[in-house]
Amino acid sequence: MTQAEEKDLKLFAAKMRRWIIEGVYNAKSGHPGGSLSCTDLMAYLYTKVMRVDPSNPSDPDRDRFVLSKGHCAPALYAALGLRGFFDINNMSNLRKIDSCLQGHPCMLYTPGIDMSTGSLGQGISAACGMAMAGKLDNKDYNVYSIMGDGEMQEGQVWEALMSAAHYKLDNLCAAVDYNGLQIDGKVDDVMSLGDLKAKVSAFGWNVMEIDGHDFGQIEGAYAAFEANKGSGKPFFIISHSHKGMGVSFMYDNAAWHGCAPKEDQYKVAVEELDAAIKALED
Amino acid sequence: MSKMATREAYGRALAEYGSDERIVVFDADLSGSTNTARFKAVYPERHFNMGIAEGNMVATAAGMASTGKIAFVSSFAMFASERACEQIRNSVCYSKLNVKICATHAGLTVGEDGASHQCLEDLAIMRSIPNIKVVCPADAATTKMAIKAAIETDGPFYIRLGRLAVESVYGEYGDEVPYELGKALQIRDGKDLTIIATGYMVKEAVEAAAALEAEGISARVLDMHTIKPIDSEAIIAAVRDTGLIVTAEEHNIIGGLGSAVAEVVCEEAPCKVVRYGMRDHFGRSGTPDALLEHYHLTTADLVAKCKEALASK
Repeated sequence: MTQAEEKDLKLFAAKMRRWIIEGVYNAKSGHPGGSLSCTDLMAYLYTKVMRVDPSNPSDPDRDRFVLSKGHCAPALYAALGLRGFFDINNMSNLRKIDSCLQGHPCMLYTPGIDMSTGSLGQGISAACGMAMAGKLDNKDYNVYSIMGDGEMQEGQVWEALMSAAHYKLDNLCAAVDYNGLQIDGKVDDVMSLGDLKAKVSAFGWNVMEIDGHDFGQIEGAYAAFEANKGSGKPFFIISHSHKGMGVSFMYDNAAWHGCAPKEDQYKVAVEELDAAIKALED
Repeated sequence: MSKMATREAYGRALAEYGSDERIVVFDADLSGSTNTARFKAVYPERHFNMGIAEGNMVATAAGMASTGKIAFVSSFAMFASERACEQIRNSVCYSKLNVKICATHAGLTVGEDGASHQCLEDLAIMRSIPNIKVVCPADAATTKMAIKAAIETDGPFYIRLGRLAVESVYGEYGDEVPYELGKALQIRDGKDLTIIATGYMVKEAVEAAAALEAEGISARVLDMHTIKPIDSEAIIAAVRDTGLIVTAEEHNIIGGLGSAVAEVVCEEAPCKVVRYGMRDHFGRSGTPDALLEHYHLTTADLVAKCKEALASK
């Protein structure tokens, strides 16, 4: 990755973060912490990886994306809006009664959403179904998904992981946004995941661990997924991240899982993110 | 008349209509019992066994349906409608995806497996979810028609099927029936009361009406094969013409056909509605006939119920 490419990615991600804060602040509710932790992964997916066309969002040959941790919809909406699937200014109307941006993703409301999610554990199953359809139809599209680390506590996730290996879905790339925090506190305190890499490997996936805020490593992971196609094994990325990344007072703080900033907090966040954007634009 | 379980008619219909390459079929380790194995025998590449994991199966089917497939999903009604209930709601119905939940082994007539496998709540649960159509065929011929309708009608379906081989009401599997989704079939006309039945109980309703006729009582019989959207017109006409409704279902009397009919009657044409079905019990082990007798759900019980209702008309 060239320095210029990395700078562009960082700028896209910073703009996503700015819109996440704008959306959640105006909605007076939502999930900023986990949205900010998966922003870099999603920025990379939607600018470098996914073969999607904002002018033809239902192209049958497109790559698919399922946000299995649907509560982080603001990050997905920011990526889609910045890619031109809809007017990004809709972010200011997030969660409002007349909005096309629901509290959790809904494919009926929003162009570019491939699956309605929000109930944890279900999105990864749906992603498996899309990948199975791709295999059945001999199409070369890929299916990408991002899950939450807390979401890994849902039994259905493991049913889905088992079935993805069984059906040899090497066109499926799932990432877990491993920020280590869930609503009630640390994942390790609430219900520890144990050796996640060993567990997912044991379920028949090829697993790679990366720093989810390092674009070089993110690039490496998605390149490894491409190289993995043909192996007959689905590909899993454990993306170590920080909740609230990009906003100082939200960083690594479980309290920002599902809570909107007040006006003074919003101003601080905007100041920080605008400064980051300006620095990257210079 | 020959006997065939509605689950068998389902499997035959799937195999028959399976040349439509949009059709994919999911099962959770019960393909022999649900009869999706009949489809698998012809189209193995489009049959997916998902193991004993119903929630994942339903959400996977939703994902596949999002690519343009018509996804049939089968398990026992108990597990399809209740284990995977939330997946049906959130992954299928919310997004109006083209998934057909075909749930076999519904009701008491599952028999010896007992209460853990006798699903008596599915109609109530499924019809309370937006965007889904709920269908409960009475025999093999109308099961085939229901499957055809489900293929031709975009969107979520819940189709309730039985384990037990049942006598045909309309004819053999494959016979044409003037079946229309959402329109009750009037099997016989009458003036004293109307028995509105669904699924297995349609046969009993027909027998009960014949027994009542012998006693000089004239009963209209409606096969309410579509529980949702329910045929309000047929219900209102029944009230207008007969002034008394008895509903009959192999389901808890709470929330199912009886409730759905009562909702229409209360709002549109108030009259007495008597609900005949499982009276808020779990079942138990036994042969289907022994169970129907134990829970007072035989044709003779239905006849008695109708006469009791008439006495207070």
